[in-house]
Amino acid sequence: MAKKIGAHDGENRTHDSYFLKPGRYYLQGNQACIEGALMAGCRVYAGYPITPAVETMEYASQRFPQVGGRFIQMEDEIASACALIGSSWGGVKALTATSGPGFSLMQETISIAVMSETPMVIIDIQRAGPGQGYITASQQDVMQARWGHHGGGPIIALAPSSVQEMFDLTIEAFNLSEQWRTPVLVMVEETVGHMREPLVIPPRDAIEVIERKKPQDLGIPPQDYLPWGHGVVAPMANWGDGYNVNFVALVHLEDGNIARYSPQANYHCVERLQNKIEGNVDEISRIETKFLEGCKHLIICYGAVSRTAMEAVIEAHEGNGLELGYIRLVTLWPFPEEKMRKIVGNVDTIFVPEMNLGMMRHPITEALRDRCKKVVSIPSFGILHSPEYILSRIQEETS
Amino acid sequence: MNLQGSSKRGYRVKKDERFEIRIAGFGGQGIVTIGRILGEALSIYEGKNSVNTQSYGPESRGGACRSEVVISDGEIHYPNVRKADLFIALSQVALDTYIADLREGGILLFDPDSVKNVPDRDKYRVYEVPTMEIAHDIGGVKFQNSVALGALCPLIDHMIKESSLRQAISRNVPPKTVETNMNAFERGMNYGEEDRGT
Repeated sequence: MAKKIGAHDGENRTHDSYFLKPGRYYLQGNQACIEGALMAGCRVYAGYPITPAVETMEYASQRFPQVGGRFIQMEDEIASACALIGSSWGGVKALTATSGPGFSLMQETISIAVMSETPMVIIDIQRAGPGQGYITASQQDVMQARWGHHGGGPIIALAPSSVQEMFDLTIEAFNLSEQWRTPVLVMVEETVGHMREPLVIPPRDAIEVIERKKPQDLGIPPQDYLPWGHGVVAPMANWGDGYNVNFVALVHLEDGNIARYSPQANYHCVERLQNKIEGNVDEISRIETKFLEGCKHLIICYGAVSRTAMEAVIEAHEGNGLELGYIRLVTLWPFPEEKMRKIVGNVDTIFVPEMNLGMMRHPITEALRDRCKKVVSIPSFGILHSPEYILSRIQEETS
Repeated sequence: MNLQGSSKRGYRVKKDERFEIRIAGFGGQGIVTIGRILGEALSIYEGKNSVNTQSYGPESRGGACRSEVVISDGEIHYPNVRKADLFIALSQVALDTYIADLREGGILLFDPDSVKNVPDRDKYRVYEVPTMEIAHDIGGVKFQNSVALGALCPLIDHMIKESSLRQAISRNVPPKTVETNMNAFERGMNYGEEDRGT
């Protein structure tokens, strides 16, 4: 008899018993993020399959029901993203994963989630574009992550570089989305999505999980509740909590009113959203650095490419004594401009290897143009750069 | 062993040694499964670091489907093979495509029924194991990956115990086929040194 997928599969097991026990596992990146989501308390996965994110959805279809969550295949990516909004306002953390073309379809909903301050997480296992492009690895959606949704509202985007980070950063993504009431994007390359590596699962009680602030927790009675007020991040009541919940993605006042529109109200509404994320960039954004002190040149990278870059940097130091500093953007957006300016002195050349024609080199150039003589993009398409290739490009430029 | 060096600024630069394995052949020969089982055996049962990647898209069509395992006691940065230490070739196309990436003195394990022409074979430590024939003898082509893993076992016994590979195979094959897979593994492993050629 076929095994029934479900919480108890005939063995009378509890939902809790289906969480991975602390220990070492060997999983794909596309699977590790699901385990991270479950640990973070996510209980809804709504999605539509697309290569190279299919394994995420397949794995979610097994794992979510086991721990008492819900899995649903929607009719497309638009509906998938909308289902996340519904789940989140119903009080349940929700996740979807997709790739380039599906990510495009989700943009309208991402914008609505930004404006309605809906916590949710979208994982983009990036494939090459434009159009259907190809199913091979790329980092070609990193600008779309920031600017793809209309209205230019702020966003948080993370870039994991290993299977362990697919787990860790998915948890962080949920925490950030709950803390700041905003959609959070996890921008992954096919490389990391399909890679298998050891994954260390910590005990559940050792994992920090942040929950959204609710008006009842802050002692705000329903009659005094302003759904878009009470501070930088408004406390969020779920549907059914007894509060007057006003889901609105139009320009709104603190009480949710859309009829008393004025240019000032428009400004305050959008400015608060912007400041909520960009004004807290130091707290939200993370970078990793190595060999920075006194370096002559600098390599700035993110995601899977940072692995090649690190290999190249180590070899540069080891072999020809090239003084190459290393910065990795763990958070792509909000872009940690001030943080970088604080740690980067004057260098000759900044190299930015990316699996696109040079996207993040733009904010990097904007942040550091007075700290270097030039910024050099090192593109690669469909495949991770090899360390040899990065080193040869660096040597060409510096000799 | 770590290679130590230092930069002009006096940074101590440590590079961890890597052992790189590439497996290639026709899709359906269990190329991807071999990589996954090997990686799992090394990382779960031997506590080593390993990264397993596989060819994908058009690359994986035809006779040059590829799977790679990079192994280290330390951190693995670049996840793919740079210069393979060990290459398992289960088709002629696979051998032709990837032999240039095998380092001189590296180990080449191939199936003599599928691979007829090995250029510069003196440059490598060559082992011939008729994995397909053994698999057919046992119960079918689906057991070829376990035969290959068995053949591989003595060649990397400095990194991995036989029991670890057996455990990883048992976990990754359908329960009903564990016994036959173990049999396949043993036949591959015991395929005599004298028969393997050099």
